[in-house]
Amino acid sequence: MIWRIDVFSKKKEENEDLKSQIKDLGFQDFSLTTKKVYLIEAELKLAKIEQVAEKLLIDPITEQYSVSQGIFTQEPSPQEVMVVYHPGVFDSVAASLKKAIGDLSLDVTQVHTATVYHFEGLNQAQIQSLGPKVIYNPVIEQVADYKKLKDLKSLSQLVAGSYRFELKLIDILGADKERLKKISKDGCLALNILEMEKIQEYFKKLKRNPTDCELETLAVLWSEHCGHKTFSGLIDYKEEKDGKTIKKERINNLLKSTIMKATKEIDSSECVSVFDDNSGIVKFDQGQNICFKVETHNHPSSLEPYGGASTGIGGVIRDVLGTGCGFKPFASIDAFCFSNWQIEDKKLPKGLLHPRRIIKGVVSGVRDYGNRMGIPTVAGSVLFDDRFLGNPLVYCGTLGIGSADKSFKKVKKGDLIVVCGARTGKDGIHGATFSSQELDQEAMGLRGAVQIGNPIEEKKVTDALMQAQAKDLFTAITDCGAGGLSSAVTELAKGYGAKVDLDKVPLKYKGLSYTDIWISESQERMVFFTQEDKLKELEDIFAQEEVDMTVIGEVTDSNELVLFYQNNKVAELDMDFIFSSLQVSKKAIWIDKKQKKEQLKEKDNYNSDLTAILSSANIAPKDWILDQYDHEVQGGSVLKTINNSPIRVNDAAVVRPKLSSEKAVVVGCGINPFYSDIDPYWMAASAIDEALRNVVSTGASLDKTFILDNFSWGSPEDPQVLGSLVRAAKACYDYSVYFGVPFISGKDSLYNEYNLGNNKITIPGTLLISAMSVLDNWQLALTSSFLDQDSLIYLVGLTKPELGQSEYLRQKGIKQGLVPKVEPKAKDIFVSLSNAIGKKLVSSCHDLSEGGLAVAASEMCVGSGLGASLFLEEVPAQENTQDQHLLFAESPSRFLVEVAKEKKQEFEKQFQGLPIGLIGCSCSDKQLTIYNKKSVKVVDISLSSLEESLRKTFKEFRWKPKETKAK
Amino acid sequence: MAKPNVLIFRTAGTNCDKETDFAFRKAGAKTELDHINLIKQKKDFSSYQIICIPGGFSYGDDLGAGKIFSLEIILWLKDKLKKFIEKGGLILGICNGFQVLVRSGILPDLDFTQSLSLIENDSRRFEDRWVKLKIETKPSCLARKIWLKQLPELIYLPVAHAEGKLFCNQDSLAKIKDNGQIALRYSNGEDNLVSYPNNPNGSLDNIAGIVDKTGRVFGLMPHPERFIFWHQHPSWSQEKIDACGFRFFKNSINYFK
Repeated sequence: MIWRIDVFSKKKEENEDLKSQIKDLGFQDFSLTTKKVYLIEAELKLAKIEQVAEKLLIDPITEQYSVSQGIFTQEPSPQEVMVVYHPGVFDSVAASLKKAIGDLSLDVTQVHTATVYHFEGLNQAQIQSLGPKVIYNPVIEQVADYKKLKDLKSLSQLVAGSYRFELKLIDILGADKERLKKISKDGCLALNILEMEKIQEYFKKLKRNPTDCELETLAVLWSEHCGHKTFSGLIDYKEEKDGKTIKKERINNLLKSTIMKATKEIDSSECVSVFDDNSGIVKFDQGQNICFKVETHNHPSSLEPYGGASTGIGGVIRDVLGTGCGFKPFASIDAFCFSNWQIEDKKLPKGLLHPRRIIKGVVSGVRDYGNRMGIPTVAGSVLFDDRFLGNPLVYCGTLGIGSADKSFKKVKKGDLIVVCGARTGKDGIHGATFSSQELDQEAMGLRGAVQIGNPIEEKKVTDALMQAQAKDLFTAITDCGAGGLSSAVTELAKGYGAKVDLDKVPLKYKGLSYTDIWISESQERMVFFTQEDKLKELEDIFAQEEVDMTVIGEVTDSNELVLFYQNNKVAELDMDFIFSSLQVSKKAIWIDKKQKKEQLKEKDNYNSDLTAILSSANIAPKDWILDQYDHEVQGGSVLKTINNSPIRVNDAAVVRPKLSSEKAVVVGCGINPFYSDIDPYWMAASAIDEALRNVVSTGASLDKTFILDNFSWGSPEDPQVLGSLVRAAKACYDYSVYFGVPFISGKDSLYNEYNLGNNKITIPGTLLISAMSVLDNWQLALTSSFLDQDSLIYLVGLTKPELGQSEYLRQKGIKQGLVPKVEPKAKDIFVSLSNAIGKKLVSSCHDLSEGGLAVAASEMCVGSGLGASLFLEEVPAQENTQDQHLLFAESPSRFLVEVAKEKKQEFEKQFQGLPIGLIGCSCSDKQLTIYNKKSVKVVDISLSSLEESLRKTFKEFRWKPKETKAK
Repeated sequence: MAKPNVLIFRTAGTNCDKETDFAFRKAGAKTELDHINLIKQKKDFSSYQIICIPGGFSYGDDLGAGKIFSLEIILWLKDKLKKFIEKGGLILGICNGFQVLVRSGILPDLDFTQSLSLIENDSRRFEDRWVKLKIETKPSCLARKIWLKQLPELIYLPVAHAEGKLFCNQDSLAKIKDNGQIALRYSNGEDNLVSYPNNPNGSLDNIAGIVDKTGRVFGLMPHPERFIFWHQHPSWSQEKIDACGFRFFKNSINYFK
C-alpha cells in the first residue's frame, strides 16, 4: 500500500527564495507555497503512518501534515506541480527516512520524496514554462505524471528495472572501419578508429569477439579522463612568427617533458610521493605527511550545477581518503569561472542554464557537501568571462594529513578486494568517456552522466575508514571515481591481476547488468585491499558506522583481469594490454601575436577608475560565498581569506591540521585566464607567480612550498588550441624550476567547448595553480590589512607598463596592451621578503594582482579602517611608465609591505640590489590619498566609499532582511 | 577530585566531535567519544559527569536539523539521561547538539516534549560568521552559576548553521524568560535593537542559548569549541581577544572540583 504524507507550514509561508527567482524572469503578482511530500510503501495502518508523520516528518511548532492513500487521490489542480526525481537518481532524504522508520521498529518497503509547488496568479502554461527554468532541473527531475502514476501499486516501479543475465558479445572481428566507428559512437565509448583497430587486432589473436564489458573497460582506461591521452601523447609542435616558422619540435609526453620534469630536476627532499598516487604527498612534521589534490568538474556542473559541484568536491575528498593508506581531509579550496550573470534570459542560447542559476547551484553544491562532511572550505577564487557561458569551470581541491608510515600502498597476491560505502546504481554511467567529448545540445540530454552526491554517506565512509586505518586493517586503498570499479580495481591491482565477482557488489536497486555494475560511477564508494584475518574487525567497525562493506574478489598474480557474474566469465583481459593505451599523435601550433602598447593619456583624477575596478566582478569580494561555507569546522582556522565586516581580504588561508602542533599549512592560488588571449606562456608564468606571491606574503617560504596544476582548455584536436596548451606547459616547467618549487600533482580537463549550431564557444585557456606551504609556526602568518597607523609602506618589485588584458583595460574595452611578465629578479624578491617576515620586520603584506597597486592599497585600507598616503614618484618602475601603469598595471612579483618605523633600516637591508620603494605611510584619517609623479593628488577617496564600491557588485547574492524589525 | 569524565556523542554526520573532544581535554577532562550505536548499549551513565552532543549534520539533517538523532535519543536513552541529570550531571549541546536537545524536549523542561524549535534562518542559507553575544546579567540567570562564570558581559563566538532561529509561542518564551533560562543573546554591542547580521538567524528575542531549570543542561547555537585559541578569531593580528570559548569547557570541569 502506498501512503502519501504532505507536510506544510502552519502559517502558509511563501517560498520567497524561489519567488524572487521567478520574479527575475518577469512574472509579478503571484503567490507560491510549497509542500514536502513523502510517499511510503508499507503494510501499515493509518495510526502507524500518523506516528511516522508526527515523530519524524513535522516540526510540531511550525508544521502540520495530511495523510492520504495512493500517490494521487485526485487529479492535481492546474495551479500545482509535483516534482519527483527521475528513476535511479539518489534520494538521500528518502534513505534517511527509511533508516529512521526502522528506528521506530516499523517495516517499510520503499520511500520516496517529492515536492509540490502551488501557484496562485499564474496560469497553467506559465507554470509549465517556468518548471524546467527554475523549479526543477530536467536532467535529474521531472513533473509527476498523474495519468501514469495514479494507479501505481508499488513504488519500486518508479525505480527498479529488471535484469536477466545474458552475455553480450560485440562483433568486431569482422567489422570494417565504418562499422568500428559506429560501434564506438553507439556505445558512447569515445574510442577513435586507431584504438578500435588495436582492440580488433588484440581479439583477432584471441580468436574471439570481446564482451561489452571488456570493450567498456578499455574505453574507460584509455579515455582522455583516465589516460590523459593528450598530455601523454605525441605532439608535433611548431611556433610561427611573422609568417615564418621559428621553432619545430616533436614532444613525446608533454606532462613528462615539462611539469614532471621540473619536479624531477628540483628533487626536493620534502616530497614524498608525487604524480603517483591519488594526490601529491609532502612532509609535514616528524611523523606525518600532508597531501593535496585539485580536480575539475566542469562538464557535469554545466548540466546540473548543484549535483555537478557537490560530486566534484565529494570526488576530490575521496582522492585524499584514497591517498597512501588513507589520509584525513582537513581543508578544501575551490575556484570557479562563470559567465556574466546579468545576461537577459531571452539572449541565453537554447539548452544552456542561466549563469545566475549556475552560480547559485555550484556554490550551494560545494557548500552542502563540504559543510556536511565537516571539512572547512577555506580559500578560493571566482572569475567571470562570457566564454564560460556554456562551459563554467569548477575546480575543487582538498588537503589531507596522514601518517608518514602509511603514505604508500602495499599490494600482494591473495589480498581481498573490498568495496565499501554507497551501493551501486545506474548513476554516472559513461562519465569518464563523456567528459572526454565536446558538449552539445544532445549531450545535455545525457542524464546518465549526472549524479547527485550524498555527503552523509561519504562522512560515514570516512569515519569507518579512519578507524580501520588506525588499526592497520587495510593495506591499499583508492576511490571509485571516473570509470567506477573498473578503473579503481584495475589500477590498484596493476602489476598483479584481479578476479572479481560482479554479482557480489551491493546494488541500490535491481536492473543493473554486469557491465553497468562494473562501470557505474555511483558516488561515495571506495575500494580497499585487506586480508582474511582482518575481516571480522573491519566488519564490526563498518556495522557500527552503518556502512556497507563487501568482499568482491581477490588479487591474483596472473596479470589478468577476470570478471564473473553469477559464475559466468564476462571479461578476461591481459593487464598489460589494458595499460597499453595507444599513444595518440596530435599537431600543435603557436602563432606569436604582435603585442601593441595601448595609448592612454594621463588624467587629473582616477577616483572613478578606481571605484569602477573595485566593483568589477573579478575583484569585488566573495564574502557571500565563504560565509556560506563552514570555513572554521575542525577548529584549525588561523587566517581566513575573507572577513565580512569590515571587508578584509587575506592573500591565502592558514590552517592548523593538527591542534596539538604549532605547525600550520598555507594555501593560496593563482589564476588569470585573460592573459591567455595574449600569450598563454605568460598567463601560466603569472599564475605560478601569483600563487607563490599569495603564500609568501602570508608568511611562507619557497623551499616549503609545493604547487599543483589544473589545466582547463578547449579541444586539443584544434592545433592552435593545443599549441597554446603546450606554451602554457612550457612556462610551468620554466618557472617551477626557476622558483625551485615543485609540482606535486595535477589534472587536465580538455574539450571545454560548446557547440551551438555552427558556432563554437571555446573557453580561454585557464590554468589554476594551487600552492600549499608548510609554516613552522602559525604565529608567522601575516594578514593583508594594515596593522597600525604611521607605518611605512613599501612597494617591493618592479612596475612595468604592462596593462595588457588587465582589469583596467578590459573594463574600458581596450584590446591592446603588453602582457605582464614575471620579473627576472622575482625569486630574490620572494626570498628576501620571506626572510624579512621571518625576522618579524613586516607588520602586514598584500600582493599586487588584478587591479594593481591601487586595488591592493584600497583593500589594505578597508580591511584595517586606516587610511594611507602614497606617492607614485617613489614606486620602483621602468622609465616609460605612466600614472595608469603605476596605479593599475598587473606586473607580477610585486608586494605592498607595511613596516613599523623603527624597523626601517633592518627591513631595507634585506632588499639590497632589488627594486624597492618607500611609497608612503598609513594614517588614522579614513582616506586613501595617492599623489602622482608631480605630487598632485590623483586619488582621494574615503574608506567608506571604497568599501561601498567593493560591496555593491554582488548585492543580489548577499541576503538582506526585508525590513528591520525594531523590537 | 579526579578528572571529570566526559561522554561525547556522535553519529552519522556529527562533525565537530574531534575539536570538542580536544577542548574538553585541554580543559582538564577525561573524554570518551562514542557512536550512538555503542552508547545505546551502555547500562547507565553513572561513570560520567558531563555529556556533550557536538555540532554537525546528524543524518544530514534530512528530515529537519537534529530530527532523527533526537528521536533515537528519546527511543534509546530517555530514562538513562533523566537519571543522569537528576544525579547532578551536566549536558552541553552545541549547534546540532542544541537542535537535538530542543527537538527531544530535554530543553527547556526535560519533559521530552518539544516546546521550542530552531527553524531555518531568515536568510534561508547556511552562514558561518562571528557574532557578539551578551551574557544575561540578571542575578536570576541560571547559566551564570555554572557555564558562564567569570566571562565578561560581551563575548565573541562564531555561529555556523542553517537552522538556528529560535521559535516558539509567547507562553513558552515568557516561561524561559521568567525562569532565568536564557543564557546568551545575540548583540550589537550597544542596544537591544539587534538586526541581521548581528542576529544572524532572526532568533526570537535574539536568543542564542538557553539552559534548563537546573542550569545544568545548556544548549547554544554558537560554537565555543571554535574559540579555544586566540588565533581562531578573525582579528587576532589586530587585537588580542581572549579565547572565551575555552571558559565554557573550563567552567564545566571546575563545577566538579
